[in-house]
Amino acid sequence: MMKIPYYPGCTLSTKAKGYDRSGRAVAAALGMELVELPDWQCCGATFPLATDNSMALIAPTRVLYQAEQTGEQVAALCAICYHVLKRTQTALERDPAMRERINWFTEQEYGGRVRVVHLLELLRDSLGWEELARRVVRPLTGLRAAPYYGCLLLRPYEEIGLDNPEAPTILHDLIRALGAEPVDFPYNTECCGSYLTVKDPTVSETLSRDIVASARAAGAQVLVTACPLCQFNLDWPQRETAFGRTGEEIPILYFTQLMAVALGLPEEDWGVEGMYTDPRPLLRNVAQAAGAVPHPTPPPSAAGEG
Amino acid sequence: MRTVISLKNLRSQFVRDVEEISGEDLLACNQCGKCSAGCPVAAAMDMLPSQVIRMAQLGMTEVLQSRTIWICASCLTCVTRCPKGVDLPRLMEALREISLRAGASEINLDQLPPDLVRELPQLAIVGGFRKYIK
Ligand code: SF4
Ligand code: SF4
Ligand code: SF4
Ligand code: SF4
Repeated sequence: MMKIPYYPGCTLSTKAKGYDRSGRAVAAALGMELVELPDWQCCGATFPLATDNSMALIAPTRVLYQAEQTGEQVAALCAICYHVLKRTQTALERDPAMRERINWFTEQEYGGRVRVVHLLELLRDSLGWEELARRVVRPLTGLRAAPYYGCLLLRPYEEIGLDNPEAPTILHDLIRALGAEPVDFPYNTECCGSYLTVKDPTVSETLSRDIVASARAAGAQVLVTACPLCQFNLDWPQRETAFGRTGEEIPILYFTQLMAVALGLPEEDWGVEGMYTDPRPLLRNVAQAAGAVPHPTPPPSAAGEG
Repeated sequence: MRTVISLKNLRSQFVRDVEEISGEDLLACNQCGKCSAGCPVAAAMDMLPSQVIRMAQLGMTEVLQSRTIWICASCLTCVTRCPKGVDLPRLMEALREISLRAGASEINLDQLPPDLVRELPQLAIVGGFRKYIK
Protein backbone atom coordinates (compact mmCIF):
# COMPACT_ATOMS: atom_id res chain seq x y z
CA MET A 1 0.00 0.00 0.00
CA MET A 2 1.31 3.47 -0.89
CA LYS A 3 2.05 5.49 2.26
CA ILE A 4 1.15 9.18 2.16
CA PRO A 5 2.09 11.55 4.99
CA TYR A 6 -1.12 13.08 6.26
CA TYR A 7 -1.92 16.20 8.24
CA PRO A 8 -5.35 15.84 9.90
CA GLY A 9 -5.44 19.26 11.59
CA CYS A 10 -7.26 20.11 14.80
CA THR A 11 -10.83 20.08 13.49
CA LEU A 12 -10.62 16.64 11.90
CA SER A 13 -9.25 15.35 15.20
CA THR A 14 -12.21 16.71 17.15
CA LYS A 15 -15.40 18.15 15.70
CA ALA A 16 -15.08 16.66 12.20
CA LYS A 17 -13.94 13.15 13.11
CA GLY A 18 -16.29 11.65 10.54
CA TYR A 19 -14.38 13.42 7.76
CA ASP A 20 -11.11 11.98 9.08
CA ARG A 21 -12.57 8.51 9.51
CA SER A 22 -14.16 8.33 6.06
CA GLY A 23 -11.12 9.95 4.46
CA ARG A 24 -8.68 7.42 5.85
CA ALA A 25 -11.04 4.56 5.03
CA VAL A 26 -11.61 5.48 1.38
CA ALA A 27 -7.92 6.22 0.83
CA ALA A 28 -7.07 2.77 2.24
CA ALA A 29 -9.72 1.13 0.07
CA LEU A 30 -7.93 2.69 -2.92
CA GLY A 31 -4.48 1.55 -1.87
CA MET A 32 -3.29 4.74 -0.18
CA GLU A 33 -2.48 4.69 3.51
CA LEU A 34 -2.77 8.15 5.06
CA VAL A 35 -0.03 8.14 7.67
CA GLU A 36 -0.54 10.84 10.28
CA LEU A 37 2.54 13.02 10.83
CA PRO A 38 4.23 11.81 14.03
CA ASP A 39 4.23 15.24 15.61
CA TRP A 40 2.07 18.10 14.48
CA GLN A 41 0.35 21.25 15.69
CA CYS A 42 -2.49 23.47 14.51
CA CYS A 43 -1.70 25.38 11.31
CA GLY A 44 -3.33 28.53 12.64
CA ALA A 45 -6.42 28.30 10.42
CA THR A 46 -5.76 31.61 8.65
CA PHE A 47 -3.18 32.59 6.09
CA PRO A 48 -1.82 36.00 7.10
CA LEU A 49 -2.73 38.70 4.58
CA ALA A 50 -0.67 41.45 6.21
CA THR A 51 2.75 41.56 4.57
CA ASP A 52 4.64 43.27 7.38
CA ASN A 53 4.28 40.51 9.94
CA SER A 54 5.57 36.99 9.42
CA MET A 55 4.53 35.62 12.80
CA ALA A 56 1.47 33.79 11.53
CA LEU A 57 3.64 31.89 9.06
CA ILE A 58 5.52 30.18 11.87
CA ALA A 59 2.86 27.61 12.79
CA PRO A 60 2.28 26.35 9.23
CA THR A 61 6.04 26.32 8.57
CA ARG A 62 6.50 24.03 11.58
CA VAL A 63 3.94 21.68 10.03
CA LEU A 64 5.81 21.75 6.71
CA TYR A 65 9.05 21.06 8.54
CA GLN A 66 7.49 18.04 10.25
CA ALA A 67 6.29 16.81 6.88
CA GLU A 68 9.73 17.27 5.35
CA GLN A 69 11.20 14.93 7.93
CA THR A 70 8.81 12.23 6.68
CA GLY A 71 8.82 12.65 2.93
CA GLU A 72 8.29 14.87 -0.08
CA GLN A 73 4.61 15.54 0.22
CA VAL A 74 1.88 16.03 2.77
CA ALA A 75 -1.81 15.43 2.17
CA ALA A 76 -4.66 17.30 3.82
CA LEU A 77 -8.41 16.83 3.87
CA CYS A 78 -9.46 20.04 5.64
CA ALA A 79 -9.75 22.62 2.85
CA ILE A 80 -8.53 25.33 5.19
CA CYS A 81 -5.45 23.40 6.35
CA TYR A 82 -4.75 22.74 2.69
CA HIS A 83 -5.16 26.43 1.87
CA VAL A 84 -2.94 27.61 4.71
CA LEU A 85 -0.20 25.03 4.14
CA LYS A 86 -0.17 25.43 0.39
CA ARG A 87 -0.05 29.22 0.49
CA THR A 88 2.67 29.12 3.12
CA GLN A 89 4.67 26.71 1.00
CA THR A 90 4.23 28.99 -2.05
CA ALA A 91 5.17 32.08 -0.06
CA LEU A 92 8.36 30.50 1.30
CA GLU A 93 9.27 29.23 -2.15
CA ARG A 94 8.91 32.69 -3.67
CA ASP A 95 10.64 34.47 -0.79
CA PRO A 96 13.76 32.60 0.38
CA ALA A 97 14.66 35.48 2.71
CA MET A 98 11.39 34.95 4.54
CA ARG A 99 12.09 31.24 4.84
CA GLU A 100 15.49 32.00 6.31
CA ARG A 101 13.99 34.41 8.81
CA ILE A 102 11.44 31.87 9.97
CA ASN A 103 14.02 29.09 10.15
CA TRP A 104 16.18 31.36 12.27
CA PHE A 105 13.28 31.90 14.65
CA THR A 106 12.07 28.30 14.88
CA GLU A 107 15.60 26.87 14.89
CA GLN A 108 14.36 24.27 12.44
CA GLU A 109 15.87 24.08 8.97
CA TYR A 110 12.85 23.88 6.69
CA GLY A 111 14.27 23.19 3.24
CA GLY A 112 11.15 24.39 1.40
CA ARG A 113 10.60 21.26 -0.66
CA VAL A 114 7.33 19.75 0.58
CA ARG A 115 4.49 19.40 -1.91
CA VAL A 116 1.14 20.10 -0.27
CA VAL A 117 -1.67 18.06 -1.82
CA HIS A 118 -5.37 17.62 -1.20
CA LEU A 119 -6.83 14.11 -1.29
CA LEU A 120 -9.01 15.28 -4.20
CA GLU A 121 -5.83 16.03 -6.13
CA LEU A 122 -4.45 12.55 -5.48
CA LEU A 123 -7.70 11.00 -6.64
CA ARG A 124 -7.71 13.03 -9.86
CA ASP A 125 -4.01 13.00 -10.71
CA SER A 126 -2.61 9.78 -9.23
CA LEU A 127 -5.60 7.45 -9.36
CA GLY A 128 -7.75 9.01 -12.08
CA TRP A 129 -11.53 9.21 -12.36
CA GLU A 130 -11.84 6.19 -14.62
CA GLU A 131 -9.96 4.01 -12.19
CA LEU A 132 -12.07 5.33 -9.32
CA ALA A 133 -15.22 4.52 -11.29
CA ARG A 134 -13.94 0.96 -11.77
CA ARG A 135 -13.52 0.58 -8.00
CA VAL A 136 -17.11 1.55 -7.27
CA VAL A 137 -19.13 -1.41 -6.05
CA ARG A 138 -22.27 0.50 -5.08
CA PRO A 139 -22.91 3.02 -7.86
CA LEU A 140 -24.91 5.92 -6.45
CA THR A 141 -27.28 5.80 -9.40
CA GLY A 142 -29.95 8.46 -9.33
CA LEU A 143 -28.51 10.40 -6.41
CA ARG A 144 -28.52 14.11 -7.19
CA ALA A 145 -25.50 15.59 -5.42
CA ALA A 146 -24.55 19.26 -5.63
CA PRO A 147 -20.81 19.95 -5.38
CA TYR A 148 -20.09 22.92 -3.13
CA TYR A 149 -16.55 24.24 -3.45
CA GLY A 150 -16.63 27.34 -1.27
CA CYS A 151 -13.65 29.67 -1.34
CA LEU A 152 -10.44 28.54 0.17
CA LEU A 153 -10.10 25.26 -1.70
CA LEU A 154 -9.86 27.20 -4.95
CA ARG A 155 -8.65 30.73 -4.32
CA PRO A 156 -6.27 32.38 -4.96
CA TYR A 157 -5.63 30.35 -8.09
CA GLU A 158 -2.06 31.66 -8.52
CA GLU A 159 -1.08 30.09 -5.20
CA ILE A 160 -3.45 27.12 -4.85
CA GLY A 161 -3.90 26.08 -8.49
CA LEU A 162 -6.14 23.10 -7.74
CA ASP A 163 -8.86 23.87 -10.25
CA ASN A 164 -10.52 26.66 -12.20
CA PRO A 165 -11.53 29.17 -9.49
CA GLU A 166 -14.67 30.32 -11.30
CA ALA A 167 -15.85 27.10 -12.94
CA PRO A 168 -14.36 24.20 -11.01
CA THR A 169 -15.08 20.59 -11.97
CA ILE A 170 -13.07 18.41 -9.58
CA LEU A 171 -16.00 17.58 -7.27
CA HIS A 172 -18.36 17.26 -10.24
CA ASP A 173 -16.02 14.66 -11.76
CA LEU A 174 -15.73 12.79 -8.49
CA ILE A 175 -19.52 12.64 -8.06
CA ARG A 176 -19.89 11.39 -11.63
CA ALA A 177 -17.25 8.71 -11.05
CA LEU A 178 -19.28 7.46 -8.09
CA GLY A 179 -22.28 6.99 -10.34
CA ALA A 180 -24.27 9.91 -8.93
CA GLU A 181 -25.49 12.94 -10.81
CA PRO A 182 -23.65 16.23 -10.14
CA VAL A 183 -26.14 19.09 -9.79
CA ASP A 184 -24.99 22.51 -10.92
CA PHE A 185 -26.21 25.49 -8.96
CA PRO A 186 -25.20 29.14 -9.14
CA TYR A 187 -23.83 29.37 -5.58
CA ASN A 188 -21.29 26.58 -5.78
CA THR A 189 -18.29 28.86 -5.27
CA GLU A 190 -20.02 31.47 -3.09
CA CYS A 191 -18.68 32.01 0.41
CA CYS A 192 -20.57 30.53 3.38
CA GLY A 193 -19.30 33.30 5.64
CA SER A 194 -16.25 31.49 6.96
CA TYR A 195 -14.99 32.84 10.31
CA LEU A 196 -17.85 35.35 10.44
CA THR A 197 -19.72 32.56 12.16
CA VAL A 198 -17.77 33.50 15.31
CA LYS A 199 -18.31 37.24 15.02
CA ASP A 200 -21.56 37.81 13.15
CA PRO A 201 -23.36 34.44 13.08
CA THR A 202 -26.47 35.95 11.52
CA VAL A 203 -24.47 37.06 8.47
CA SER A 204 -22.98 33.63 7.85
CA GLU A 205 -26.35 31.97 8.51
CA THR A 206 -27.96 34.14 5.85
CA LEU A 207 -25.24 33.32 3.32
CA SER A 208 -25.43 29.63 4.15
CA ARG A 209 -29.21 29.42 3.91
CA ASP A 210 -29.05 31.03 0.45
CA ILE A 211 -26.50 28.46 -0.68
CA VAL A 212 -28.54 25.50 0.54
CA ALA A 213 -31.77 26.95 -0.88
CA SER A 214 -30.10 27.45 -4.24
CA ALA A 215 -28.89 23.85 -4.34
CA ARG A 216 -32.34 22.59 -3.36
CA ALA A 217 -33.98 24.69 -6.04
CA ALA A 218 -31.66 23.05 -8.57
CA GLY A 219 -32.90 19.65 -7.43
CA ALA A 220 -30.07 18.54 -5.14
CA GLN A 221 -30.68 15.84 -2.53
CA VAL A 222 -27.32 16.40 -0.85
CA LEU A 223 -24.54 18.99 -0.86
CA VAL A 224 -20.96 17.80 -1.10
CA THR A 225 -18.04 19.70 0.42
CA ALA A 226 -14.36 19.33 1.32
CA CYS A 227 -14.26 21.83 4.17
CA PRO A 228 -15.26 21.31 7.82
CA LEU A 229 -16.13 24.98 8.21
CA CYS A 230 -18.35 24.94 5.12
CA GLN A 231 -19.97 21.78 6.48
CA PHE A 232 -20.67 23.42 9.82
CA ASN A 233 -21.84 26.74 8.40
CA LEU A 234 -24.24 25.12 5.94
CA ASP A 235 -25.60 22.50 8.33
CA TRP A 236 -25.84 24.57 11.53
CA PRO A 237 -28.83 26.65 10.33
CA GLN A 238 -30.61 23.36 9.59
CA ARG A 239 -30.26 22.10 13.18
CA GLU A 240 -33.26 21.20 15.26
CA THR A 241 -34.30 24.22 17.32
CA ALA A 242 -37.18 24.90 19.69
CA PHE A 243 -39.25 25.43 16.53
CA GLY A 244 -38.45 21.93 15.27
CA ARG A 245 -37.35 21.46 11.68
CA THR A 246 -38.66 22.93 8.47
CA GLY A 247 -38.60 19.65 6.57
CA GLU A 248 -36.51 21.38 3.92
CA GLU A 249 -33.14 20.21 5.25
CA ILE A 250 -30.71 18.36 3.03
CA PRO A 251 -27.60 16.52 4.25
CA ILE A 252 -24.29 18.37 3.93
CA LEU A 253 -21.76 15.64 3.23
CA TYR A 254 -18.02 15.39 2.92
CA PHE A 255 -16.99 13.94 -0.44
CA THR A 256 -15.27 11.13 1.46
CA GLN A 257 -18.57 10.05 3.03
CA LEU A 258 -20.17 9.67 -0.37
CA MET A 259 -17.11 7.75 -1.54
CA ALA A 260 -17.29 5.41 1.44
CA VAL A 261 -20.82 4.39 0.46
CA ALA A 262 -19.93 3.92 -3.21
CA LEU A 263 -16.79 1.93 -2.46
CA GLY A 264 -18.88 -0.52 -0.45
CA LEU A 265 -17.36 0.23 2.94
CA PRO A 266 -19.27 -0.73 6.11
CA GLU A 267 -21.39 1.95 7.71
CA GLU A 268 -18.91 2.56 10.57
CA ASP A 269 -16.49 3.88 7.95
CA TRP A 270 -18.96 6.36 6.48
CA GLY A 271 -18.31 8.63 9.45
CA VAL A 272 -21.81 10.10 9.41
CA GLU A 273 -22.72 10.22 13.11
CA GLY A 274 -23.68 13.42 14.84
CA MET A 275 -24.44 15.60 11.84
CA TYR A 276 -27.24 18.16 12.28
CA THR A 277 -29.03 16.76 9.25
CA ASP A 278 -28.81 12.99 9.47
CA PRO A 279 -27.79 11.61 6.07
CA ARG A 280 -28.18 7.97 7.08
CA PRO A 281 -31.75 7.32 5.89
CA LEU A 282 -30.91 8.61 2.42
CA LEU A 283 -27.49 6.94 2.21
CA ARG A 284 -28.80 3.57 3.43
CA ASN A 285 -31.48 3.76 0.79
CA VAL A 286 -28.97 4.51 -1.92
CA ALA A 287 -26.68 1.75 -0.72
CA GLN A 288 -29.57 -0.70 -0.53
CA ALA A 289 -30.71 0.15 -4.04
CA ALA A 290 -27.20 -0.46 -5.39
CA GLY A 291 -27.36 -3.73 -3.57
CA ALA A 292 -23.92 -5.13 -4.37
CA VAL A 293 -22.88 -5.41 -0.73
CA PRO A 294 -25.14 -6.92 1.93
CA HIS A 295 -26.00 -4.27 4.48
CA PRO A 296 -25.03 -4.66 8.15
CA THR A 297 -28.01 -2.77 9.59
CA PRO A 298 -31.59 -3.11 8.37
CA PRO A 299 -32.81 0.04 6.58
CA PRO A 300 -35.22 2.17 8.66
CA SER A 301 -38.85 2.11 7.64
CA ALA A 302 -39.00 5.91 7.33
CA ALA A 303 -36.20 6.07 4.76
CA GLY A 304 -35.51 9.26 2.84
CA GLU A 305 -36.03 9.76 -0.87
CA GLY A 306 -33.67 8.29 -3.44
CA MET B 1 -20.72 64.26 3.76
CA ARG B 2 -18.23 67.01 2.92
CA THR B 3 -14.77 65.75 2.11
CA VAL B 4 -11.71 67.80 1.40
CA ILE B 5 -9.38 66.12 -1.04
CA SER B 6 -5.86 67.36 -0.56
CA LEU B 7 -2.40 66.27 -1.58
CA LYS B 8 -1.53 66.17 2.09
CA ASN B 9 -4.11 63.41 2.70
CA LEU B 10 -3.22 61.53 -0.46
CA ARG B 11 0.34 61.21 0.78
CA SER B 12 -0.40 60.86 4.45
CA GLN B 13 1.17 58.42 6.87
CA PHE B 14 -2.15 56.55 6.88
CA VAL B 15 -1.91 55.84 3.15
CA ARG B 16 1.71 54.77 3.52
CA ASP B 17 0.79 52.44 6.40
CA VAL B 18 -2.05 50.87 4.44
CA GLU B 19 0.20 50.33 1.43
CA GLU B 20 2.97 48.89 3.54
CA ILE B 21 0.81 46.45 5.50
CA SER B 22 -1.24 45.34 2.50
CA GLY B 23 1.64 45.34 0.04
CA GLU B 24 -0.82 46.83 -2.47
CA ASP B 25 -0.63 49.87 -4.74
CA LEU B 26 -3.89 51.64 -3.90
CA LEU B 27 -3.88 53.77 -7.05
CA ALA B 28 -3.93 50.66 -9.24
CA CYS B 29 -7.69 50.53 -8.61
CA ASN B 30 -9.65 52.37 -11.30
CA GLN B 31 -13.01 52.08 -9.54
CA CYS B 32 -14.61 49.75 -12.05
CA GLY B 33 -16.82 48.29 -9.31
CA LYS B 34 -16.42 44.64 -10.24
CA CYS B 35 -15.38 43.71 -6.69
CA SER B 36 -18.56 45.20 -5.24
CA ALA B 37 -20.76 43.56 -7.87
CA GLY B 38 -19.58 40.09 -6.93
CA CYS B 39 -19.00 40.39 -3.19
CA PRO B 40 -21.20 37.78 -1.48
CA VAL B 41 -21.31 39.76 1.76
CA ALA B 42 -22.10 43.17 0.22
CA ALA B 43 -25.69 43.11 1.50
CA ALA B 44 -24.44 43.19 5.10
CA MET B 45 -21.92 45.98 4.49
CA ASP B 46 -22.39 49.69 5.19
CA MET B 47 -19.96 50.58 2.43
CA LEU B 48 -19.08 48.68 -0.75
CA PRO B 49 -15.61 47.17 -1.17
CA SER B 50 -14.85 49.56 -4.06
CA GLN B 51 -15.82 52.48 -1.81
CA VAL B 52 -13.46 51.24 0.88
CA ILE B 53 -10.50 51.29 -1.47
CA ARG B 54 -11.56 54.71 -2.83
CA MET B 55 -11.54 56.15 0.68
CA ALA B 56 -8.19 54.57 1.39
CA GLN B 57 -6.78 56.08 -1.82
CA LEU B 58 -7.93 59.51 -0.67
CA GLY B 59 -6.42 59.04 2.76
CA MET B 60 -9.81 59.23 4.50
CA THR B 61 -9.18 57.65 7.90
CA GLU B 62 -12.99 57.54 8.44
CA VAL B 63 -12.85 54.27 6.52
CA LEU B 64 -11.62 52.65 9.74
CA GLN B 65 -15.08 53.23 11.23
CA SER B 66 -16.73 51.23 8.47
CA ARG B 67 -18.39 47.93 9.35
CA THR B 68 -17.31 46.59 5.97
CA ILE B 69 -13.71 45.90 6.96
CA TRP B 70 -14.98 43.54 9.66
CA ILE B 71 -17.68 41.95 7.52
CA CYS B 72 -15.34 41.06 4.66
CA ALA B 73 -14.96 37.28 4.95
CA SER B 74 -11.65 37.12 3.05
CA CYS B 75 -13.38 34.88 0.53
CA LEU B 76 -11.06 36.13 -2.23
CA THR B 77 -13.81 36.42 -4.83
CA CYS B 78 -12.95 40.05 -5.61
CA VAL B 79 -9.23 39.48 -6.09
CA THR B 80 -10.02 36.59 -8.44
CA ARG B 81 -12.04 38.97 -10.60
CA CYS B 82 -10.34 42.37 -10.30
CA PRO B 83 -9.17 43.45 -13.78
CA LYS B 84 -6.36 45.48 -12.19
CA GLY B 85 -5.04 42.71 -9.98
CA VAL B 86 -5.83 44.57 -6.77
CA ASP B 87 -5.81 42.32 -3.72
CA LEU B 88 -8.70 43.85 -1.83
CA PRO B 89 -8.72 41.23 0.97
CA ARG B 90 -5.17 42.32 1.78
CA LEU B 91 -6.34 45.91 1.92
CA MET B 92 -9.21 44.93 4.25
CA GLU B 93 -6.73 43.05 6.43
CA ALA B 94 -4.45 46.10 6.55
CA LEU B 95 -7.34 48.27 7.72
CA ARG B 96 -8.30 45.67 10.34
CA GLU B 97 -4.68 45.41 11.44
CA ILE B 98 -4.39 49.18 11.88
CA SER B 99 -7.47 49.08 14.11
CA LEU B 100 -6.42 45.95 16.00
CA ARG B 101 -2.93 47.31 16.63
CA ALA B 102 -4.57 50.42 18.05
CA GLY B 103 -6.50 48.25 20.50
CA ALA B 104 -9.75 47.37 18.72
CA SER B 105 -11.39 44.05 19.52
CA GLU B 106 -14.28 42.83 17.45
CA ILE B 107 -15.36 39.71 19.30
CA ASN B 108 -17.17 40.04 22.56
CA LEU B 109 -16.67 36.66 24.16
CA ASP B 110 -19.47 37.18 26.65
CA GLN B 111 -21.98 37.80 23.92
CA LEU B 112 -21.35 34.72 21.83
CA PRO B 113 -24.41 32.44 21.97
CA PRO B 114 -23.46 29.51 24.27
CA ASP B 115 -25.15 26.88 22.09
CA LEU B 116 -23.05 28.11 19.16
CA VAL B 117 -19.79 28.13 21.15
CA ARG B 118 -20.35 24.52 22.20
CA GLU B 119 -20.74 23.43 18.60
CA LEU B 120 -18.28 25.60 16.66
CA PRO B 121 -15.55 23.70 14.84
CA GLN B 122 -12.08 24.39 16.24
CA LEU B 123 -10.82 26.12 13.14
CA ALA B 124 -13.61 28.70 13.33
CA ILE B 125 -12.52 29.64 16.84
CA VAL B 126 -8.80 29.67 16.06
CA GLY B 127 -9.28 31.53 12.78
CA GLY B 128 -11.92 33.93 14.06
CA PHE B 129 -9.86 34.94 17.06
CA ARG B 130 -6.84 35.55 14.88
CA LYS B 131 -8.82 37.72 12.52
CA TYR B 132 -10.90 39.77 14.92
CA ILE B 133 -8.97 40.18 18.18
CA LYS B 134 -5.30 40.70 18.96
S1 SF4 C 1 -6.96 24.78 9.43
FE1 SF4 C 1 -7.87 24.26 11.06
S2 SF4 C 1 -8.59 22.39 11.17
FE2 SF4 C 1 -6.95 22.73 9.92
S3 SF4 C 1 -5.35 22.55 11.53
FE3 SF4 C 1 -5.61 24.51 11.08
S4 SF4 C 1 -6.90 25.18 12.58
FE4 SF4 C 1 -7.04 23.14 12.52
S1 SF4 D 1 -16.97 28.44 1.93
FE1 SF4 D 1 -16.67 29.23 3.84
S2 SF4 D 1 -15.58 27.82 5.11
FE2 SF4 D 1 -15.60 27.10 3.11
S3 SF4 D 1 -13.74 27.78 2.31
FE3 SF4 D 1 -15.16 29.44 1.96
S4 SF4 D 1 -15.18 30.73 3.55
FE4 SF4 D 1 -14.21 28.87 4.02
S1 SF4 E 1 -12.45 45.35 -9.07
FE1 SF4 E 1 -10.38 46.10 -8.71
S2 SF4 E 1 -10.17 47.89 -9.98
FE2 SF4 E 1 -12.35 47.41 -9.87
S3 SF4 E 1 -13.06 48.70 -8.17
FE3 SF4 E 1 -12.55 46.72 -7.30
S4 SF4 E 1 -10.46 46.90 -6.64
FE4 SF4 E 1 -10.86 48.60 -8.01
S1 SF4 F 1 -12.83 39.13 0.02
FE1 SF4 F 1 -14.13 40.49 1.19
S2 SF4 F 1 -14.54 42.21 -0.16
FE2 SF4 F 1 -13.71 40.57 -1.40
S3 SF4 F 1 -15.52 39.58 -2.21
FE3 SF4 F 1 -14.91 38.48 -0.36
S4 SF4 F 1 -16.05 39.41 1.29
FE4 SF4 F 1 -16.17 40.77 -0.45
